[in-house]
Amino acid sequence: MNENTHTHRSLLQKLIAAPYIVWMIVFIIVPLAMVAYFAMTTADGVFTLENIKDVWQYANIFVRSIWLAAIATVICLVIAYPAAYILSRTSASAQSTLLMLVMLPMWMNFLLRTYAWMTILGNNGLINSFLGLFGIDSIKMLNTQGAVVLGMVYNYLPYMILPLYTVMMKIDKSVLEAAHDLGCNGAKTLFKVVMPLSIPGITSGITMVFVPAISTFIISRMLGGGSQLLIGDLIEMQFLGNSYNPNLGSAISLVLMVIVLIIMTVMNQFDAGDDKVLM
Amino acid sequence: MTKKISLVLAALLGFGAISACSDKLAEPTVNVSDKAYYEKFKEDGLSINVYNWGEYIADGSEDEMMNVNAEFEALTGIEVNYTTYATNEELYAKMKGGGADYDIIIPSDYMISRMIKEDMLKPLDYTKIPNAQYIMDSFKNATYDEGDKYSVPYTWGTVGIIYDKEAVTETDIDWDILWNEKYSGQILMFDNPRDAFAIAELILGYSLNTENPDELKKAADKLTQQKPLVQAYVMDEIFDKMGAQEAALAPYYAGDGVTLMKDYEHLGFVVPKSGTNRFVDAICIPKTSGKEDLAHMYINFLCEPEVALANAEYIGYSTPNSVAFENISDEIKNDGISYPDDEYLNNKTTVYKNLSDDANKLMQDLWTAMKSES
Repeated sequence: MNENTHTHRSLLQKLIAAPYIVWMIVFIIVPLAMVAYFAMTTADGVFTLENIKDVWQYANIFVRSIWLAAIATVICLVIAYPAAYILSRTSASAQSTLLMLVMLPMWMNFLLRTYAWMTILGNNGLINSFLGLFGIDSIKMLNTQGAVVLGMVYNYLPYMILPLYTVMMKIDKSVLEAAHDLGCNGAKTLFKVVMPLSIPGITSGITMVFVPAISTFIISRMLGGGSQLLIGDLIEMQFLGNSYNPNLGSAISLVLMVIVLIIMTVMNQFDAGDDKVLM
Repeated sequence: MTKKISLVLAALLGFGAISACSDKLAEPTVNVSDKAYYEKFKEDGLSINVYNWGEYIADGSEDEMMNVNAEFEALTGIEVNYTTYATNEELYAKMKGGGADYDIIIPSDYMISRMIKEDMLKPLDYTKIPNAQYIMDSFKNATYDEGDKYSVPYTWGTVGIIYDKEAVTETDIDWDILWNEKYSGQILMFDNPRDAFAIAELILGYSLNTENPDELKKAADKLTQQKPLVQAYVMDEIFDKMGAQEAALAPYYAGDGVTLMKDYEHLGFVVPKSGTNRFVDAICIPKTSGKEDLAHMYINFLCEPEVALANAEYIGYSTPNSVAFENISDEIKNDGISYPDDEYLNNKTTVYKNLSDDANKLMQDLWTAMKSES
């Protein structure tokens, strides 16, 4: 009897999960397999590792992408952490308003938001026009690496705030009160109690910012002036560039995926390790 | 992956690039030579898929302007599904990726010869395109499609330099001004290797169709040398950046230069004396099209002098249609930009040919290396 209900439930579960599993197979597994196939074949479909080998000549672009994405992720974390903490500690009504403000920019198209930065940062843009009023020479902001990082931070910041906020919301107030009762001051509570408890939020925030940041291609083109080539641009060039080479493009994508996977695995080790310390 | 990128690009370069013609006309207003030809399929409820460059057809967006697709629909009863692309390479990638179902495409010269070589186009049946008679002789039998078997010229133009009259003091502007340190940080450059290399090749005195690895490498060195002076590598962003005086110099296509000069008084356009690239965009039917009759009809319609004139006026590019050309205002005919004289065209301009795969690959690699250097 007992066993029966069990199988019955799992059948139901399977049924409920079916749409997602089908979705995953059709739109995630199959495309991934195709990327892998293209990466390891020539244009004529013959097996080769040449494409993968060719990727290494672009090592400097990989390094730059990882570096810029890492900087953007760190800045996001530094900005988002206190913001999420304050957010989680305000009254419920204020929270919903503030939360909406965090998400508000996401309602607008990503490209429009980035395009807007071009007019803000330009030599005759908003900021420089304003500085000009005080006789300050215009500062070159657009078409620099800094502008690319700014674009990443601006666009991906909500993806850092939201998971942090969700985790911090779940921290029981009584835990913080207990910390205070036991003699922790504000800073100590933050570092010894809140921080360890929010590690899952930090790791998922980092993942959600770092992964899209490393593969972005529009931000670097619009804000970097096209001279700060990133991996995303490089992949795009293989498909829409002068020499149509989807095989090399797939190989670069595959290598990028492996690199991201390695970085994420290392990250998760830290996560698990910290959990153990907490226990 | 290709699709996704194209989608993002399409979104970037023109929101809602996919625009079904919503303004229906009750009656066609355009005068055509042979009405009966166009009405053959009137009651059959057919449709045709047209894939063209963005902003590359008169769309009736201003008063008095013809809406070419709506006219075609009203005249023939054939629905036009009109979509746009931003680069030849995007068009190529879409067609190579499969799943594309286009009946009309309008690639540029070098892309046409590449598509011919790869057997992607259908030979044309000129008995169904009587209006092809209006195409000027100088556009017939072009190097990219000998015998005009696959393409009918739609527009043409040259590449020149857009400059800010307030910032640029020189009167004699030629390609080397894009290497002038005086304008460091004020120069915009093509964000596609073929056009960028062409400028370097013009300065170095090489053929624009060179496949010689040494020459390509030297051209790449020339571009590397220019890089510190370049504010940004862009394409259609040039409109905004030059308009807002973010930059002072930018090489671009003559038709767009004309449009920009109309919109902004501070901008000028010059076709360099030393020579330039002349491009032709021509109408083709992809091999995969199953609607040849309709496609030929559409091509014939685009060659109607009245339609060709409306398109030339809206797009700002030059027309290869002899009757349409006669009706273009003298002001445009004589400004030296849209219609340079024959002597210049014959001696100083070069039409791109498709490069060999090796040359294309080398150019792409050199370009990537140049752009990724910091």
